[in-house]
Amino acid sequence: MADAARGKPMPHQGIFEPWTDPVAKPLIQFQNVTKRFGDFTAIDDLSIDIFEKEFFALLGPSGCGKTTLMRMLAGFEAPTTGTILLAGDDISPIPPNKRAVNMMFQSYALFPHLSVYDNIAFGLKREGMPKLDIHARVEEMLRLTRLERFARRKPHQISGGQRQRVALARSLAKAPKLLLLDEPLGALDKKLRQDTQFELMDIQEKTGTTFVIVTHDQEEAMTVASRVAVMDEGKLIQVSTPDVLYEDPRSVYVADFIGDVNLIEGKAKPSGDGIDLHWAEGQPVLHCKTAKPFGEGQTCHLAIRPEKIAIHSQEPEARNKLCGKILDIAYLGNISTYHVELPSGHVIKAQSANTRRIARRTFTWDDTVWLSWTDTAGVALER
Amino acid sequence: MRRFSWFNATSLTLGFAFLYLPMLILVIYSFNESRLVTVWAGFSTKWYGELLGNELFLDAAWVTLKVAVISSTIATVLGTMAAYVLVRSGRFSGRTLFSGMIYAPLVMPEVITGLSLLLLFIGIGLDRGVLTIVLAHTTFSMCFVSVVVSSRLISFDRSLEEAALDLGCTPWEAFRLVTLPIIAPAVISGWLLAFTLSLDDLVIASFTAGPSATTLPMRIWSSVRLGVSPEINALSTLLIGIVTLGVISASLVSKRNLMRQQQDEQTAARTA
Ligand SMILES: Nc1ncnc2c1ncn2[C@@H]1O[C@H](COP(=O)(O)OP(=O)(O)OP(=O)(O)O)[C@@H](O)[C@H]1O
Ligand SMILES: [Mg+2]
Repeated sequence: MADAARGKPMPHQGIFEPWTDPVAKPLIQFQNVTKRFGDFTAIDDLSIDIFEKEFFALLGPSGCGKTTLMRMLAGFEAPTTGTILLAGDDISPIPPNKRAVNMMFQSYALFPHLSVYDNIAFGLKREGMPKLDIHARVEEMLRLTRLERFARRKPHQISGGQRQRVALARSLAKAPKLLLLDEPLGALDKKLRQDTQFELMDIQEKTGTTFVIVTHDQEEAMTVASRVAVMDEGKLIQVSTPDVLYEDPRSVYVADFIGDVNLIEGKAKPSGDGIDLHWAEGQPVLHCKTAKPFGEGQTCHLAIRPEKIAIHSQEPEARNKLCGKILDIAYLGNISTYHVELPSGHVIKAQSANTRRIARRTFTWDDTVWLSWTDTAGVALER
Repeated sequence: MRRFSWFNATSLTLGFAFLYLPMLILVIYSFNESRLVTVWAGFSTKWYGELLGNELFLDAAWVTLKVAVISSTIATVLGTMAAYVLVRSGRFSGRTLFSGMIYAPLVMPEVITGLSLLLLFIGIGLDRGVLTIVLAHTTFSMCFVSVVVSSRLISFDRSLEEAALDLGCTPWEAFRLVTLPIIAPAVISGWLLAFTLSLDDLVIASFTAGPSATTLPMRIWSSVRLGVSPEINALSTLLIGIVTLGVISASLVSKRNLMRQQQDEQTAARTA
């Protein structure tokens, strides 16, 4: 998650939060939408509001219904029950070609008989745009996606990542009000992906387009999105801003899905401003601040991020501390993740920045170390 | 090099002899001086000259060509439409019955197709002539086209059409600008198939043709019944020549396409 905090331009935070404004009109509204294929339910009674100028990310495991959701917005599938409103109007009677929506397909769906240039120009030509304007616009898109050299090629003559960029350029070309991107950057290398993410955010800032983007890369979701929706089996599990999703997940599923996390299961005991967690024989009780009401003896999961756990060679002064042996060290360049095995057999992950060269690392395999964290570092979850 | 084997050589010779000997004999005798087909009397091209002067044959050739071009074109349009509807409309009740009915004429004995068409034309009082042959040929070659086109459509990635719709095409534009260019090779083979079928059909044409229109196969058939003439041999040789030319040019075209594609791919690999 090293890049998560970095990428986001600040104006997104604090200022742009239409979902907290009770009078703001959503651009897209899903109202109790269910989509069934035969007797399989792909989207299950889903309701959500997406606002204008949002960068809305859909995150979820394969087959959870992300593409289906987008296809309903683009007009290729109709909801089995429920309604979808676009700017307040039911969109079900509007055919795909009349919707001010463009979609980038997960399979790219490039026209194999047309060159890269003509693929990108396709939508503009249908619009009846003057030739010169089309040319200028296509050139701009080619530049943006760094495909200038490949303009004359056919889709089968370029690489997978290049194809993905053509698909992206083609959907961007018409500058629609609503843009649906189904895994737009998955095939790109990290550097190009980050650059493209910033380009997308830039386009969004300039044109005010509303983006709905599917991604399997949670780092990407956190970088670009104004809000992230975590889905599972056709349902929305949590919809929040990336920071809330990361810092304050509402369920173990979300905590586990987004980023790396230690999950400690135990029995809660209300104590002061939070709970005490009794979780293993012979291990110290852990304290966690929480506003949620836990009953005495209720099952509780403490979710704590590895980077919020400090690692020491001597016993520290701290509310929560555990002692264990280093089992494994994952060196990731800028940070290292230490897997620390406790006497109870649990393995806790702790992360620290590699401020010194690797040869001068403080800890090594089999060292006995102390882990500590504050009582606000973790989140207590009921399920 | 593999070792030369007598067995291989013999089977190859026998196989080719079986296939091409009859045609070879036909071609050779078309250059025979004598009117008697089985007696060689020296080389001559006079039968070709006589053929060009034979109004009956020229008329029949013209009728055949007209019928083949018109009927295969109509059959291609109808067959492609039928294939598109069958592949695209998904499941509707009676789909299996419907598609079965489209393919049934494939296995129907030609005699029956011909007879039923004849009865129909008589029933509705349509004068038999070029029009009725065209209609009959369209009917039976349409299902061949639809088989060829639908096998291509099944593997056609539907999201391409969706992408076209998404970019503002009407369904018809999506078909014209995206689907049709991509399935064009199948449509063209369908047309060629229909054209060939129409060209060499004898049975159905015999049922549906009237005195005003006779196709080439019918003309050949009826004159052969009066005895094989060197003129027929000459005509057949010409037909063989035309077919050979067609096959060779078709394969040359497809080979050139393949080569161009490979070249493109190589360029792509170099500059990528
Ligand atoms: N046309 C269809 N007929 C039947 N089932 C379908 C159809 N389209 C999708 N599904 C099913 O609906 C579920 C959701 O599919 P969807 O394509 O939306 O998944 P996804 O979240 O986009 O997954 P991925 O991340 O792998 O792309 C899947 O289980 C899929 O098998
Ligand atoms: Mg998908």
